[in-house]
Amino acid sequence: MTMSQLPLLTLSIWVPIVFGLAVLAVGRDNAPGNARWLALIGALAGFAVTIPLMTGFDSASAALQFVEDSAWIPAFNIRYQLGVDGIAMPFVVLNSFMTIFVVVAAWEVVKSRVSQYLAAFLIMSGLINGVFAAADAILFYVFFEAMLIPMYIIIGVWGGPNRVYAAFKFFLYTLLGSLLTLVALIYLFYKSEGSFQIADFHVLPLSLHEQILIFLAFLMAFAVKVPMWPVHTWLPDAHVEAPTGGSVILAAITLKVGAYGFLRFALPIAPDASHELAGLIIAMSLIAVVYIGFVALVQADMKKLVAYSSIAHMGFVTLGFFLFEPLTVEGGIVQMISHGFVSGAMFLCIGVLYDRMHSRQIADYGGVVNRMPKFAALFLLFAMANAGLPATSGFVGEFMVILGAVKVNFWFAFAAATTLILGAAYTLWMYKRVVFGEVANSHVAELEDVNDREFLMLTALAVCVLAMGIWPAPVTDVLHASVDNLLHHVAQSKL
Amino acid sequence: MIPTFADYFAALPEILLLILASGILLVDLFLRPDQRNITYLLTQFALLLCAVVTVFTVQGRPVLAFNGLVVDDLFSDVLKVMVYLAVTVALVYVRSYNAARGLFSGEFFTLALFATLGMLVMISANHFLTLYIGLELLSLSLYAMVALQRDSARATEAAMKYFVLGALASGMLLYGMSMLYGATGSLELEAVSAALAGGLGSSNVLAFGLVFVVAGIAFKLGAAPFHMWVPDVYQGAPTSVTLFVGSAPKIAAFAFTLRLLVNGMEPLVADWQGMLLILAVASMVLGNLAAIAQTNLKRMLAYSTISHMGFVLLGVLAGSLNGYASAMFYVLVYVLTALAGFGVMLLLSREGFESEELEDLKGLNRRSPWFAFIMLLVMFSMAGVPPLAGFFAKLSVLQAALQQGLVWLVVVAVMMSLIGAFYYLRVVKLMYFDEPKETAEIAPLGDMRVMLSVNGAGLLLLGIAPQPLLTLCMVAISHSM
Repeated sequence: MTMSQLPLLTLSIWVPIVFGLAVLAVGRDNAPGNARWLALIGALAGFAVTIPLMTGFDSASAALQFVEDSAWIPAFNIRYQLGVDGIAMPFVVLNSFMTIFVVVAAWEVVKSRVSQYLAAFLIMSGLINGVFAAADAILFYVFFEAMLIPMYIIIGVWGGPNRVYAAFKFFLYTLLGSLLTLVALIYLFYKSEGSFQIADFHVLPLSLHEQILIFLAFLMAFAVKVPMWPVHTWLPDAHVEAPTGGSVILAAITLKVGAYGFLRFALPIAPDASHELAGLIIAMSLIAVVYIGFVALVQADMKKLVAYSSIAHMGFVTLGFFLFEPLTVEGGIVQMISHGFVSGAMFLCIGVLYDRMHSRQIADYGGVVNRMPKFAALFLLFAMANAGLPATSGFVGEFMVILGAVKVNFWFAFAAATTLILGAAYTLWMYKRVVFGEVANSHVAELEDVNDREFLMLTALAVCVLAMGIWPAPVTDVLHASVDNLLHHVAQSKL
Repeated sequence: MIPTFADYFAALPEILLLILASGILLVDLFLRPDQRNITYLLTQFALLLCAVVTVFTVQGRPVLAFNGLVVDDLFSDVLKVMVYLAVTVALVYVRSYNAARGLFSGEFFTLALFATLGMLVMISANHFLTLYIGLELLSLSLYAMVALQRDSARATEAAMKYFVLGALASGMLLYGMSMLYGATGSLELEAVSAALAGGLGSSNVLAFGLVFVVAGIAFKLGAAPFHMWVPDVYQGAPTSVTLFVGSAPKIAAFAFTLRLLVNGMEPLVADWQGMLLILAVASMVLGNLAAIAQTNLKRMLAYSTISHMGFVLLGVLAGSLNGYASAMFYVLVYVLTALAGFGVMLLLSREGFESEELEDLKGLNRRSPWFAFIMLLVMFSMAGVPPLAGFFAKLSVLQAALQQGLVWLVVVAVMMSLIGAFYYLRVVKLMYFDEPKETAEIAPLGDMRVMLSVNGAGLLLLGIAPQPLLTLCMVAISHSM
């Protein structure tokens, strides 16, 4: 059997889940080592099975690739149908890649119920791959919702002091949106005369009235997940209270699920409504970019600051999508991938500090560079990438979106471009207060620089950030065909 | 007309269970208290035997017996097997709980068997009288079971409430049936249906009769606003009896609903649809909102039952085969879920300690990760989160309602399940996020451990592969309704 005949997407979903269950089964609280190594093997194996997706991908085609299709629940014509196009494939790889960092980041840090912690992340990794790979709407929904269970447990069990509140808020907010989506999906099921396949929904003619209601249902689910202003308030809570690994996965991956939902569902299923309501989305996105940027500026908590910066960055993504230009949509997707690396790295950096000081307050730090020079250098790179410095990955997406936006409307571009100033302001100001200056207190004076494990982890991400910043073509090449196809489809009226 | 062999053959499971239950009642008289295990094993054996007989006497098409008093169709066969299964599982769970409380007695088992017999009669009834007799047999056995703990004031109070309200509901039901008889001139469901289809105009008698019958049904299902007995009985009864009341009888009540409304009064679908609509919305709203305020787990699950019955009614009121099948699927999944939920509660109780407050679940993950995980599955299944069975149950009733164009009703239903998610999540929070208050070791009997594990895994399995049960429901409904 050659590589291309293997059910790669099935493997990318089930390998982490099976390893997660195995970790649960072998894990003993008194011997966490076994669980850690098994989880690491699982994460590496999970990543390994996604590599052929990358190498075997045909960038010239916009069709779903690595397709698998079999009946699952014939009563409702629900199919176990998987496939990725150029938009979905990078996220499957990114997710499997980031899972490795989550496992490594938890190595010495998570001490209570280690096996459950690692198992939750592995299972979630598989479920997220399922979200990106599903070509059947209910299959998508099942993965989309099932993701909530491990995330709820992760925030609630290993989170910070206000974890219970954050876990409830996270779960209920997300559920609110997705339940309405379920209603929309069932409605489409009857409209399409008994199909749950996303591809069938894409070609289904719908009146404008129907499209708008369906679009709003999708908007509820995906806007909460992205999150867009004004339904973003769960994110700072969830981020701040989640353990480091939880924040990494939340920021790097699960936020992308929302944006991905727009591309897979909202835009192609309700194209006329998307055009109709684009003004609303653009306004919400720009508010996120500008207003949330200011909110980030005043945060006293590092994690909260990065959380707000995530919302601002995701505002860029949705802005790009709803300008309907090839450049802006691709820019949005590039920004999503870049943000996956950068925000993940930022949270890992904060985790490094938190593990040593048990504080996330900016005011508790100062002069960290004196004690942790290696760390300070790496942290600086990620901070710069977060601010959108050229030659880092953060610049590419933002530049593409702004460039495309000028073509549509100068003032959209103008407002969006303020992010370059605001992003630099909040990130670098935070960096200055934490890292530079005199050693602020006796706790900082006792800090030790990053160990080999942390160094390796951060360097690997630094390489990704720089590589994507200097040579983004491999990523954009993968996107071209699928994005063109999507925009071509969205440009056609369904009325 | 003298009953023929075919008549007896159609009612064989009921006849057999009656003989076995009476036999067990007699045998138990001659057993010493320490030999009670024999009664238990005989009871389980009786249920198994009935299940075998039911499966092997399946007849492809509906067969009327005893001049149309009972019907043997696929619908009744499937539901009967599910009832045996639910009762068997319930009896496994209650064994050690009952033994520690002096309830491990012959009466419990014979009452359980007679209640089961009542359920069977309800399920295969085709006549107002048989329906009523089955219902009373079930209800009287349940009243006695609730009151079985003689010296418990709470249980006695619960039994009293149950009895008074139950008698009232039975009275309403009978009153309604008598009016329908007056309007249609028949007690047999098929004949009633035919008479109604023939067109009787808008007779007042008919309208009153229908209202009374629907009220009686709502009471037996525990749908708001006829739900008042549910929280009190659930909380007041010993947990083992709550488990029993909250599981198999739901299946029977569902069958009862379908027999009356669909077999008997399908021509009036437009009329009862509107009534069920109000009942469904009221149940979902009230059940979910009231459950939030509870601190007692049994009471919380009682309100949650009310809301689940609202969902069942959602399927029924769709008024299509698709709707009935999805409601049937919902009931079966619900019973399986409730069994596991109460099973975990029984597991945590021990001699002199009733685990029934929400607080008692605190830190269960520390004490027993496996059973905490099962309770987690139960809670997420009840909340309707995939990939658990409860999700597909909700999906199927929602699609049935949406097929009839009831969009706003579906939106209300999903919003209510969002509210419901809150209190289910709270249970998970107590088990996983909090530190344990209790430290007593959890050491269930082997058979209970296995059964509970299978039950919990079943929720996950039914969520991953719901097709077989869905097909079964669809086939049973389409061959019988």
